[in-house]
Amino acid sequence: MLFINLAGIFLIALIIWWFWLYAPKSQRQVSADKDNAVIDIVVQDGVYQPATITVSAHKTAILNFIRKDATPCAEMVIFPDLNISEELPLNKAFAITLPMLEKGQYLFHCQMQMYKGYLIVE
Amino acid sequence: MSLSKSLTLTVYGMSCNGCASRLQTALNAIEGVHAEVSFASNRVDLTIEKSVDYENTIKSIKTLIAEKGYTSTLPIAETASDQSQSAEKSSHSNKNSAESPANTQELLIEGATCASCVSKIEKTLNALPDVQQAQMNLALRTVSVTGHAATKTLIQAIESAGYHAKSTGNASDQDLLEEKNQAEQTYYHKLMVQMWIGLALGGGLMAYGLLGGAMTVNSPTERIVWFIIGLFCAGVMYFAGKHFYIGAWNSFVNHNANMDTLIALGTGTAWLYSMVVVIYPLALPEIARHVYFEATAMIIGLINLGLALEVKARGRTSEAIQRLIGLQAKTARVIRDGQDIDIAIEEVLLNDLVRVRPGERIPVDGIVNEGKTTIDESMLTGEPMPVKKSSGDEVVAGTINKSGSIIFQAQRIGKDTALAQIIKMVKRAQNSKPPIGRLADIISGYFVPVIMIISITSALIWLNFGPDNSIAFAVVSATTVLIIACPCALGLATPMSVMVGVGKAAEAGVLIRNGEALQNASKITAMILDKTGTITLGQPKVTDIYPVNAMDENQILQLVASLEIGSEHPLAEAIVESAKERGLSTDKVEHFNAIAGQGVEGQLGDKRLLFGNQKLMREQHIDLDQKSLEISAEMANEAKTPMFFAMNGELAAIIAVADPIKDDSISAIKRLQNNGIRVIMLTGDNQETAKAVARKVGITEFFAEVLPEEKSQKVAQLQAQGEIVGMTGDGINDAPALALANVGFAIGTGTDVAIESADITLMRGSLNGLADAISVSKATLRNIKQNLFGAFIYNTAGVPLAAGVLFPLTGLLLNPVIAGAAMAFSSVTVVSNANRLRFFKPQEH
Repeated sequence: MLFINLAGIFLIALIIWWFWLYAPKSQRQVSADKDNAVIDIVVQDGVYQPATITVSAHKTAILNFIRKDATPCAEMVIFPDLNISEELPLNKAFAITLPMLEKGQYLFHCQMQMYKGYLIVE
Repeated sequence: MSLSKSLTLTVYGMSCNGCASRLQTALNAIEGVHAEVSFASNRVDLTIEKSVDYENTIKSIKTLIAEKGYTSTLPIAETASDQSQSAEKSSHSNKNSAESPANTQELLIEGATCASCVSKIEKTLNALPDVQQAQMNLALRTVSVTGHAATKTLIQAIESAGYHAKSTGNASDQDLLEEKNQAEQTYYHKLMVQMWIGLALGGGLMAYGLLGGAMTVNSPTERIVWFIIGLFCAGVMYFAGKHFYIGAWNSFVNHNANMDTLIALGTGTAWLYSMVVVIYPLALPEIARHVYFEATAMIIGLINLGLALEVKARGRTSEAIQRLIGLQAKTARVIRDGQDIDIAIEEVLLNDLVRVRPGERIPVDGIVNEGKTTIDESMLTGEPMPVKKSSGDEVVAGTINKSGSIIFQAQRIGKDTALAQIIKMVKRAQNSKPPIGRLADIISGYFVPVIMIISITSALIWLNFGPDNSIAFAVVSATTVLIIACPCALGLATPMSVMVGVGKAAEAGVLIRNGEALQNASKITAMILDKTGTITLGQPKVTDIYPVNAMDENQILQLVASLEIGSEHPLAEAIVESAKERGLSTDKVEHFNAIAGQGVEGQLGDKRLLFGNQKLMREQHIDLDQKSLEISAEMANEAKTPMFFAMNGELAAIIAVADPIKDDSISAIKRLQNNGIRVIMLTGDNQETAKAVARKVGITEFFAEVLPEEKSQKVAQLQAQGEIVGMTGDGINDAPALALANVGFAIGTGTDVAIESADITLMRGSLNGLADAISVSKATLRNIKQNLFGAFIYNTAGVPLAAGVLFPLTGLLLNPVIAGAAMAFSSVTVVSNANRLRFFKPQEH
């Protein structure tokens, strides 16, 4: 029983670490450091690919969302801090032009937050 | 066929970047072929050299793609020689429009990937005879073309160069909508098939259990039978629930968790436990050898059903925007070279002459050149009465020509029409979230991992403190907690209601800029109404002229009109208009000066003229005798604005100007007051006039003699009193006050939606639009609260129930299948509740 309890506590600790404490350093990310750089983001199977995007501060960039998931959840992409909220057509590229941004991390997600991604401005 | 060809194929079946890369290598190995494969857009861009046999190469390419296990569409290919043909065609088709002024149109390009594509597209377009300049933006995938060429010609030319192009105009909204509906329909059918797969196995097993069949493993035969059923169940998981497991895994590796995670973990746990029971029954106590395959299959079936119903219900939430998009005509009848020709809407050029017959829809915005008619604008402005139109009047796309035939000149086309702007604005507002949804967003961010932790904790509690077969209880409670929790209901609660509410408002001619404006409008406690143009028509007329000296009315009016002709004030327009009606000419005034909030002054020959309110007379030391004051007070009492005219330092006349009150202002103000809103009128008029107008329309509070720059101070004054202030004006000289108010309402002139300073734009002039806006926002907020409350209560009650908190009292533990059904229908309930708003009628509130 002790082993089971310890395993349970370990699992809980793992959940906390994996979902909340882990810093996304080694995650696959795509960077853009020139004006009007275009980054393709595929919306499929519950994730944005890539989910972490790095762009340069004070430069415009374009995020080209290509939605391949027909679930209604994937339909919208929202950047709450940037007041951007757009409907993504299925199997088509949809460009969102980012304004020049201050350094920081900006979350983007679908309406129900099932899809999540990070825009890192540095 | 002697030139090299570029073509694009759409390839289906690639599941990763690796597939694309391998396919690209294989295609490039074919002689004379240069290929670029994009996994993201499922596209293969090919260039086939002139030295190889084209037909055979195409065959080899298609065979290779098929051998790799992918399917491809027919190639969309044109040669350089085809380009010249299409250029010829375009030249022919456009000669008629060559005399009209050049216009700029934008096309969206697909398939352009590099600088050489840009150069090729620009070169192709610039070669067309009717194109003055074509410039492409690779980043945006758009090309901007200036000239006379028709859109169709441009698209043909671009396609002949091996790319896809389409207009970025309004027609794409319709295409997009049709594609969306088609995709939703396909997805719905897919979900229904998956539901039946799940329910067929799950339902059968459940029926067996309910009819007394043992769901336990006690003999070798039962083990074999249940093992086979377990494999069938795995089949169900694969064919009907694969999307949950893939989604869950992808989210997991991205340190994210969502609804898929919960479903995958819940059904996976039930299936794995059951397989352990089947394969190693001895690992578990006899009493715990229960299988839960029926739960796994049923949950997958039910959740697919829930998703399918949600897709249907969601479709209804966007009815309003669909209706707006549907207002766009598909064709237009233009007059070119003296002949009427029917063309697609995207081919209409600026300044084209468009003929519209009775019963037809206006295709683009323009100015009437010929003919008289009445036009039904109710679909855009909510104004039920048809509007008369004749030469010089504006007509807008989407409205219906009722009575006469007209010819108008196109002024705004494609995405620039008022209708396209309205659609864009409504879409944007529908997608924005009011602050009330933020708490749900924060909770959603932590929700799934918290549920996973609760699930593990619940299992541990059962294992430590549960009855003999505690492991079975632990599995059931852990599974049920995972399945019952519904982050979707929380996530959908706010956006679904906003979607319907904003759409509903648009139907009533009320354009809400964003979710925050919607929420603030529902909380307004005080509403400031600018008198002129808001409560009144904003078209004042001269009603009385009272001469003080020996001059007659016409002499007075001529002098005052000469002075006022340089002023932009609405009262000045009334004076000038009245002089025109009497056939009086005006003279040139020198040293004209407008004194803000007071009036105007100027010099006409040897006469120094002053015209304005009492304040101006006081400041300029003009004596007003008792009788003049009495007359002006009497005029003011009749809700007229008395204006004083002085010549060479002496009062010469008093002129009364009145601005008629709009027909429905009184009833709309009553509606606002019935909603518990303190209504305050604001005007530049003097106290008496203001009082008289306020009394007429049933307002007890007013700010009189307010200078334009003081309007925002009045807003701030009310805010300092703790009021949540709405400010209503025409959006032009009220901009600072509209911006400062908690919610700025701009009364539009018909379909003028470009009122940037306003949070809410009322497309019709009636104040009822204001009452409608507040009613809709209140109803929407009420709906959001119901949804949020429902979603919170569902989760906070459902999760502990699933964990078994009632078991010590009642001995009951929730069945995972019931949890699956509850979860599937929780989000449908939220969407359906939002859909109730579709039946809301603002006039009744």
